[in-house]
Amino acid sequence: MVRVDGLNQNNSLIQVRNLDKRYLRGSEEIHVLRGLNLDVDQGEFVAFMGPSGSGKTTLLNLLGGLDLPTAGSVIVDGDEITSMSGQKLASWRARHVGFIFQMYNLIPVLTAFQNIELPLLLTSLTKEERKQHVETVLAVVDLSDRMHHYPRQLSGGQEQRVAIARAIVTDPTFLLCDEPTGDLDRTSADGVLELIDQLVKTYGKTVLMVTHDPRAAERAGVILHLDKGVLIECQECQAGEGPS
Amino acid sequence: MKFFPLIVANLFRKKTRTILTIGSFVAALFLFALLATIDTSFTGGVEIAGADRLVVLNKTSIIQPLPYSYRDRILQIPDVKEATYAVWFGGYYQNEKNFIPVMAVDTDSYFKMYSEFKIQPEQWEAFVRDREGCIVGRSTLKKYGWKIGDRVPFKGTIYPGTWEFNIRGIYDGTRAEDDQTQFWFQYKYLDERRDFLKGMVGWYVVRIVSPDNAVDVVAALDELFANSPYETKTETEKSFAAGFVKQIGNIRLIIMSIGSVVLFTLLLVTGSTMAMSVRERTGELAVLKTLGFTNVKVMLLVLAESLLYALPGAFIGLGLAKLFTMRGDPTGGLLPFFYLAPDRIAMGFGIALVAGIAAGIIPALLAMRLRIVEALRRV
Repeated sequence: MVRVDGLNQNNSLIQVRNLDKRYLRGSEEIHVLRGLNLDVDQGEFVAFMGPSGSGKTTLLNLLGGLDLPTAGSVIVDGDEITSMSGQKLASWRARHVGFIFQMYNLIPVLTAFQNIELPLLLTSLTKEERKQHVETVLAVVDLSDRMHHYPRQLSGGQEQRVAIARAIVTDPTFLLCDEPTGDLDRTSADGVLELIDQLVKTYGKTVLMVTHDPRAAERAGVILHLDKGVLIECQECQAGEGPS
Repeated sequence: MKFFPLIVANLFRKKTRTILTIGSFVAALFLFALLATIDTSFTGGVEIAGADRLVVLNKTSIIQPLPYSYRDRILQIPDVKEATYAVWFGGYYQNEKNFIPVMAVDTDSYFKMYSEFKIQPEQWEAFVRDREGCIVGRSTLKKYGWKIGDRVPFKGTIYPGTWEFNIRGIYDGTRAEDDQTQFWFQYKYLDERRDFLKGMVGWYVVRIVSPDNAVDVVAALDELFANSPYETKTETEKSFAAGFVKQIGNIRLIIMSIGSVVLFTLLLVTGSTMAMSVRERTGELAVLKTLGFTNVKVMLLVLAESLLYALPGAFIGLGLAKLFTMRGDPTGGLLPFFYLAPDRIAMGFGIALVAGIAAGIIPALLAMRLRIVEALRRV
């Protein structure tokens, strides 16, 4: 279940309360998020849509512990991440969040295998255990035969699948996707969305995705619109349309 | 260790730049090692000089002789255990560039004085039996490809004519830094053949009972020969060796100055490389942090990278220098202690370590402070 009114008393996986984010750009203050509330349960696939500058990526950054809010709180699986120290937050990210970026953000000097292995280096797994984990997720994203290829030797779609494999290899609590198909052609984009869909339906992953692409948003169970820092639930509207 | 592939992969992102940076460490550490070796060459004699040995010279000048008859009088001084003497021959082998420290020595007492040198007793006996015999240091023997039994001619510069010697033995040093370039022949042979300075020696070397009494013995020796035609100037062997070094100048200061300039240049080169390297992959560092790498971990990764420029560079540079110095004195005899000591190698690694950390610390701190959101925005 997804709610944006902040009234859910249940223990949702993700609870956002009165989230506020302001930036200073020179002397001008930009109010990006305005007292935002959100509850997301385990296994939900939520798409955030909205015009550029509406605060979608900022919200994702706050949910992923990459940035701190000006006010309000984010609680994930009982942990209030907005009060964590930098070191603790980094460890929390490593354990609980899988990030998928628009530009894949793979390390170009590492092979697909090594890129996927990166988050596992922060765990206590042995080399052999890491290898097994990486091979498992490579099979999930159907890239077992490309494990020793460098990013430059892969297509955009394959690169994004490697990025997805990297995001899920630690079996995180939830995935944050920032325009995951924004840099892909239609066919590759469909493949990536199919894969994300599979992660939700088959593996019960919780996915929060920012997108401009209505077709991508259609895949999500819930579409939320963000406009001028305010989140609006829009279950009845078509993807790509604003709230009525 | 599990982060090693990541560090190495980053290092070879720009192969040419990496090779050039490591190359600058190789060149700098090679130069440092050579300078350190030269420093040892000049000062090594001071460091290994016997604490219980005194050198008695003519007060006027080192090139002025002393009478042979002084030996018995020296031995009468309390606290003097042994005394020997030698004469600087000043000849050359084949051509003037082949400088060899050739000395005429007393066959009865000279070898006993220098316990740091080792020689087979039968070789020493063969030397004593042959008036034209000689003993050669292992380095000189190797350098000229001589062997025992060879007859080697020298052109005398102080004592004119051609002097031929039969190699009867080889001496070795017991420590790596011992001078193995000397060439000894019998004083009696010199004294018989020379037409002038007969009955004179170049200097005396005196062993005393205890180094603690050195000051008293020095005073007693010089007092003994005061107001004679050949007054003496006695000093400890260490001070004698240090005096030689001082005549050349402050070698250590020169070497330190050059070394500092090289190190500073190295810091600039590596620091700039590291800064460029970090700036180029701001986004990647942000991704690492996104994945859960802590600020400290990212800083250590950058520092480790910097050290991976420095330490292999040092290893190669110092290794090449060691190989170079193992070939022996390249000057043909002016630097008898041409030896790269282990402590200087350790110092070289220490310098590389410090340079690596110093060059990497600012980029590493910048990487540590990198804000993920801002850095990702730049990708």
